[in-house]
Amino acid sequence: MSQTIDHVALLPGYLAALTAVLVLVADLFLPRLVLSAAVAGAVSVAAAAVAVVAVSPALADADTRVRATFCNGAPGTDCSWESRPTAALVAVLFAILTVAVLALSAPMLRRGDAPAGEFCFLLTCAMTGGVVTAYAGDLVTLIVGLETLTLPLYILVGLRRPGSPAGARSAVTFLLVSIVSTAIALLGAALLYAATGTVFLRALAAPPLVPELLTVGAVLLAAGLAFKVAAVPLHAWAPATYDGAPLPVAAYLSTASKLGGVAALVAVALRLPEARWTLLALGIATMTVGNLVALRQDRMVRLLAWSSIAQAGFVIVAPWQASMLGYATFFVLLEIVAFAAVVALRPAGASGGPLSAYRGAARRHPWIGAALVLALTGLAGLPPGLAGLFAKVTVVQHLVDEDLVWVAVIVAANAVVALAYYVRVIALLYATPETADTPETAVAAPSDAASGLPAVPRVVVAALVVVTAVAVVAGFVPQLVFDAVNPWR
Amino acid sequence: MNALLIAVLAVPAAGAAAVGLLPARLDRAARLLGVAVAAVTLVAAAALYRPGGAWSGYGVEGYDVRPWHSVDVPWVPDLDLRFHLGVDGVSYPLVVLTALLTLLCCAYTLKHVPEPGAGRKLVALLLALQTGVLGVFLALDLLLFFVFFEITLLPMYAVIAVWGGARRRRAARKFVLYTLAGSVLLLLGVLAAGSGAGTLQLTSANFDGGVLVFALFALAFAVKSPLWPLHTWLPDAHTQAPTVGSVMLAGVLLKMGTYGLIRVGLGTAPDGAERLAPVLGVLAVAAIIVGSLVCLAQTELKRLIAYSSVGHMGFVLLGIATGTAAGIEAALIGNVAHGVITGLLFFLAGAIKDRAHTGELAELGGLRETAPRLAGLLGFAAVASLGLPGLAGFWGEAFAVVAAVQVGGPLWTTLGVLAAVGAALTAAYFLRLLRLVTHGPAATPPLAGITRAEWVAWAPLVLLALVLGLAPGLVVDMASGAVDALTGAAR
Repeated sequence: MSQTIDHVALLPGYLAALTAVLVLVADLFLPRLVLSAAVAGAVSVAAAAVAVVAVSPALADADTRVRATFCNGAPGTDCSWESRPTAALVAVLFAILTVAVLALSAPMLRRGDAPAGEFCFLLTCAMTGGVVTAYAGDLVTLIVGLETLTLPLYILVGLRRPGSPAGARSAVTFLLVSIVSTAIALLGAALLYAATGTVFLRALAAPPLVPELLTVGAVLLAAGLAFKVAAVPLHAWAPATYDGAPLPVAAYLSTASKLGGVAALVAVALRLPEARWTLLALGIATMTVGNLVALRQDRMVRLLAWSSIAQAGFVIVAPWQASMLGYATFFVLLEIVAFAAVVALRPAGASGGPLSAYRGAARRHPWIGAALVLALTGLAGLPPGLAGLFAKVTVVQHLVDEDLVWVAVIVAANAVVALAYYVRVIALLYATPETADTPETAVAAPSDAASGLPAVPRVVVAALVVVTAVAVVAGFVPQLVFDAVNPWR
Repeated sequence: MNALLIAVLAVPAAGAAAVGLLPARLDRAARLLGVAVAAVTLVAAAALYRPGGAWSGYGVEGYDVRPWHSVDVPWVPDLDLRFHLGVDGVSYPLVVLTALLTLLCCAYTLKHVPEPGAGRKLVALLLALQTGVLGVFLALDLLLFFVFFEITLLPMYAVIAVWGGARRRRAARKFVLYTLAGSVLLLLGVLAAGSGAGTLQLTSANFDGGVLVFALFALAFAVKSPLWPLHTWLPDAHTQAPTVGSVMLAGVLLKMGTYGLIRVGLGTAPDGAERLAPVLGVLAVAAIIVGSLVCLAQTELKRLIAYSSVGHMGFVLLGIATGTAAGIEAALIGNVAHGVITGLLFFLAGAIKDRAHTGELAELGGLRETAPRLAGLLGFAAVASLGLPGLAGFWGEAFAVVAAVQVGGPLWTTLGVLAAVGAALTAAYFLRLLRLVTHGPAATPPLAGITRAEWVAWAPLVLLALVLGLAPGLVVDMASGAVDALTGAAR
């Protein structure tokens, strides 16, 4: 049986894959242009994602207002590729994050820390995986997309000049935990197929053939996918991996990779109530563990890693589409600002360094410091950037509406604990360098002491300005995000 | 007139940005600009008054806020968040008090910049703080109220953490964590109340929150007010904060707690308020007694005044707990009077500490001889604070006691009597303060006289303490309509 393929709906996926191929070819013939090619490709993906939603027929019925293809039967029922507005949002975010990370890695690539062609190719491959995950309409496409997103990251984490064992160690940790979790997720997907006789996400909600298997499958799938967002108990890889990876790759891991996991979890939790309770329980454990351990961190990237574990807890603790995607959107926008600011404050190619290296940093670089403060206060859920505040409000509102006030109280208590370490970093950024001659600080900021202020690469500044602007706009006009995550309310 | 309402928030917000962004070499000009901005805000805030306008009135079903002016623009429809502002007789005095104290603090900063300098940043933070506080007093959308509540958090943290005393870091962190704990409870309360009523607009008559909602609000505002035993952040914050920080904290920020309890707590959960009133009343009286006893044992000037706030806010909360019109009116006047008098006390304490380089009561003494005018003012402020009839402090304390006794029954009568004993203790510790500081042998060489900037900053507060003492109707009358509506709904 032949079927027509809706190439328009597939356009974002085509463009993402094409970008990766283009980068590979450009590396052969015009190696100087790989970065530009990758950026241009990512931008085209975002444009296509928005355009496809815009030209989709605006039907009132929620189930048919989806441009879908690779369907089993009538369009709008069982489809492997669904062009939902939420998918477009995730694709746009992937494009933004990819462009930002490309810009942040430019100084590092220029120094030759990693081969530029391979780096850009792998990053755009990961983006392709993310886009596929976002549009996936069945479990197989979903897991293939997610693996396409993760696979290049193993290499990116370890892709460094020789003589840097930290990267390789991080990559192996990441790989091993990832394989275990993928196996769990696949087992869950297989059990779901056995229980329902279908792999299509929409059909999972129908009454199952074997209800007992459905519960086990849903719980295993949710637990396996939770690895991608670094949720407890599969969270311990994150701090070690982030800290060993180059800074821009750590940024990608804690934003884009996490977003892919959230998109997959949303797709599953939306249809399987059994998965919800797993996520809720994991969410409570994740945010509590993440926040408590983050209190004791003394390295910047490890602190951000534990904080992003805690943030993942906030994402999955209210397992409904609007709150998960809404929180995740605000979170990745703030997190990329934080990482961009950290990259800007550090010398090219350096690691995140100890927290003491940031003493008084906001006094030397007031604007970068302001951006970092905006991001950290936002992650704590406080103004002036309102994005984080609305993120917390969304989660708490969903919990209160579902009569889960006791969970909301745990979320609230965690928000207070989280502020303790964010405030510690903020205070450090503005601290007077009264103890400037302690050895560790002197080692950490040599260029500052020697030659006044080191020039921050222009491309990093541009990336920081753009992502900060996006985060600020999302904070003051959050309805844009809510419209995208909840298009049919 | 709606433009005026927007201007009250937009002017200080824009002013904060402008003042903060001016370069260091224009520091003095930036501070002058800050004073101008604060002055414009005060004029705009004062102009919100509408004599004889429509009071908030009785609603058919319940509490019905009919503000003098209002602005209502949708902001985030998905969260039912509207940019809904309004001012009525309950909020107007606090709005003007906030604008006035900010202006005085900015003016004071023209001459007195605490270490480590950068006065323009301090002024910018004061203006940002003012924006948040004014927003809290003006917001008629519960979520907007929460957003503004959160906005005040970090500027105050920065004021304490940067310009504070030797142990400022710890005090600032304690302040920010305590108050964030309060405000997340506020968020829970807001969403629980909203989920019950199906709306977040305070002008709606649908609110019928029960014990849970009121308990969440009461806890949230008890941290801010602060109510014993959740007050422990306050003495540290006050002792370490710079003078202007203390003035803003005592004069303005604490009021957000009591105002919130009246507007949001009573307004959205009248049933819960009635059932929890005895608990609140007992805690309030405990705060009065404990605050006074702790004050009697204090050895440091600013710490003593800080603890006196715990006692005074106890009277305000006792008034609210009674749930009667007289009690709430007592709370409103007590609120404003405390803002004026304690603001003045902290200005004076700061001036004394700056001059004598110590705040220890044992090391001060003989201020009557070394700085007669300062001693006179301190005596005036202390006497006003202990509640001498004819000065502002009297009405709030006296009528809170009267309201409690009027409610009747063994519990409330006992509470009224104990509060009266607390008032006597208040007199005792302020007289002890005066004996130690102004009388006795001179412990320091003659101190510098009061400068012009100080006179400018203090004179309005001295005048207000007198005027409010002689004519408390200024505050009470304009609020009576709204208060009747509130208590009518609570009955």
